[in-house]
Amino acid sequence: MNIKKTSLYQLHQEYRAKFVEFAGYQMPIQYSEGIVEEHKFTRSHSGIFDVSHMGQLFIYGGEDLIKDLEKIFPLDLKNLKLNHSKYSFLMDKDAGIHDDLIITKINEGFLIILNAACKDNDFKILKELLEEEHKMVLDENRSLIAIQGPKSSQILNDVVDGIKDLNFMSGNWFSFKDHKVYITRSGYTGEDGFEISIPNNFVDKLTRELINKGSKLIGLGARDTLRLEAGLCLYGHDLDKDKTPVEANLKWAISKERISKGDFIGSDIIIKQLNNGVSKIRVGIKPEGKIIAREKTKIFNQSDVHVGEITSGTFGPSVNGPVAMGYIENEFSKKDTKVFLEVRGKKHPANICGLPFYKKSYVKGATK
Amino acid sequence: MTEVKYSKEHEWIKLEGDVATIGITKHATEMLGDIVFTELPEKGSNVQKDGTAGVVESTKAASDVYTPVSGEVVETNQEIVDDPSKINQDPENTAWFFKLKVKDKSEMNSLMNKENYDKFAKESSS
Repeated sequence: MNIKKTSLYQLHQEYRAKFVEFAGYQMPIQYSEGIVEEHKFTRSHSGIFDVSHMGQLFIYGGEDLIKDLEKIFPLDLKNLKLNHSKYSFLMDKDAGIHDDLIITKINEGFLIILNAACKDNDFKILKELLEEEHKMVLDENRSLIAIQGPKSSQILNDVVDGIKDLNFMSGNWFSFKDHKVYITRSGYTGEDGFEISIPNNFVDKLTRELINKGSKLIGLGARDTLRLEAGLCLYGHDLDKDKTPVEANLKWAISKERISKGDFIGSDIIIKQLNNGVSKIRVGIKPEGKIIAREKTKIFNQSDVHVGEITSGTFGPSVNGPVAMGYIENEFSKKDTKVFLEVRGKKHPANICGLPFYKKSYVKGATK
Repeated sequence: MTEVKYSKEHEWIKLEGDVATIGITKHATEMLGDIVFTELPEKGSNVQKDGTAGVVESTKAASDVYTPVSGEVVETNQEIVDDPSKINQDPENTAWFFKLKVKDKSEMNSLMNKENYDKFAKESSS
């Protein structure tokens, strides 16, 4: 298979990126300063992430579109306002998660941002589920970049005037040198930030202007440490087809109104789990010492019984220590429960904790 | 003058009398990225040539540290446990890992000199 490159590949090279293959794309894992510095710079200033490998699915349709999409997503799409976004999931009939995604209401349809590794399969699933008359475009002609961190709003506003007025989880069309860009105030780092959908031909130019204004390119390595500190899930690790949104502790993302009707794919299982509870649930886990417990590390209770597994674990540069999340049997999921993590044959103490590890600083209202 | 030798696992070793000081090379730290956790062998323990004698972890992954020669661990460097970022800053000097009382000095013979290691490192990273 041919490894794909994003439109920013040359820019990544200029900034001495180390590349890694991710979901069939050659992506920058880090640049010359390294993951820890990149992570801290994003939290204190502003970082730019090339996420052009992610899927940008535009779905256009008539009046039936909302009705048809509500059969698939556990969202109250009827009441989703123009240019507003929601976090959601594509589920199978057992409420197993095919993908987690952000869906935004746009003129005459919706824009759905999909995970890179899932996008082709998601497209196939949605194509089968949706009526023929809805037009679906998985747009390969547009790039996607995120700019995240406290200085991002000022930096981006200097380049694309007006974005400061956006509210969290909403978007709009803006103009960059007469080119139409769609910008939402969102991201995946726990910081205030924006995601910018822009035609491939202009993404290099826009990114260079943002760098000139003081933002820096940040690789996938820091993206992972940032999102884990923020308590956010990574598909394929913390979420997959063997886990439901209720088990993933993401029930806040499921519309109460839709649960009361129970007419979306997977709703039977979701309702059952909401009423009867779940046997395993996603939690935050903080090792007591310095040891890093990575994905697939086994979790034991105080009686040395295997009760769970880590799904993401790393060193958190802002926390300045190890952080992890994983799934554990429900009875051990209470905050401050002591558990043990088996790393290289030895068991190390840790505590169940709330998420996030690092306090979010989203800007809820527009900054004027 | 004491010659520093190098292993294929990217450790350096400096022998002074019966005692060898061992650490990881600058090239190794560049491949690993930011080191955020270090585990060292216990003082008084015996380690075998090419066996594991510690762990370094970057934000990305954990890697074993091997010992290029056999011996008894006589000293470990607590400074790099307390602040693993020192390994990135000064890997081939102050950020040494452990010191061994060497059992058999002839084990040094199979290791590379600086020139050969640099060539090896360049080839293995390309």
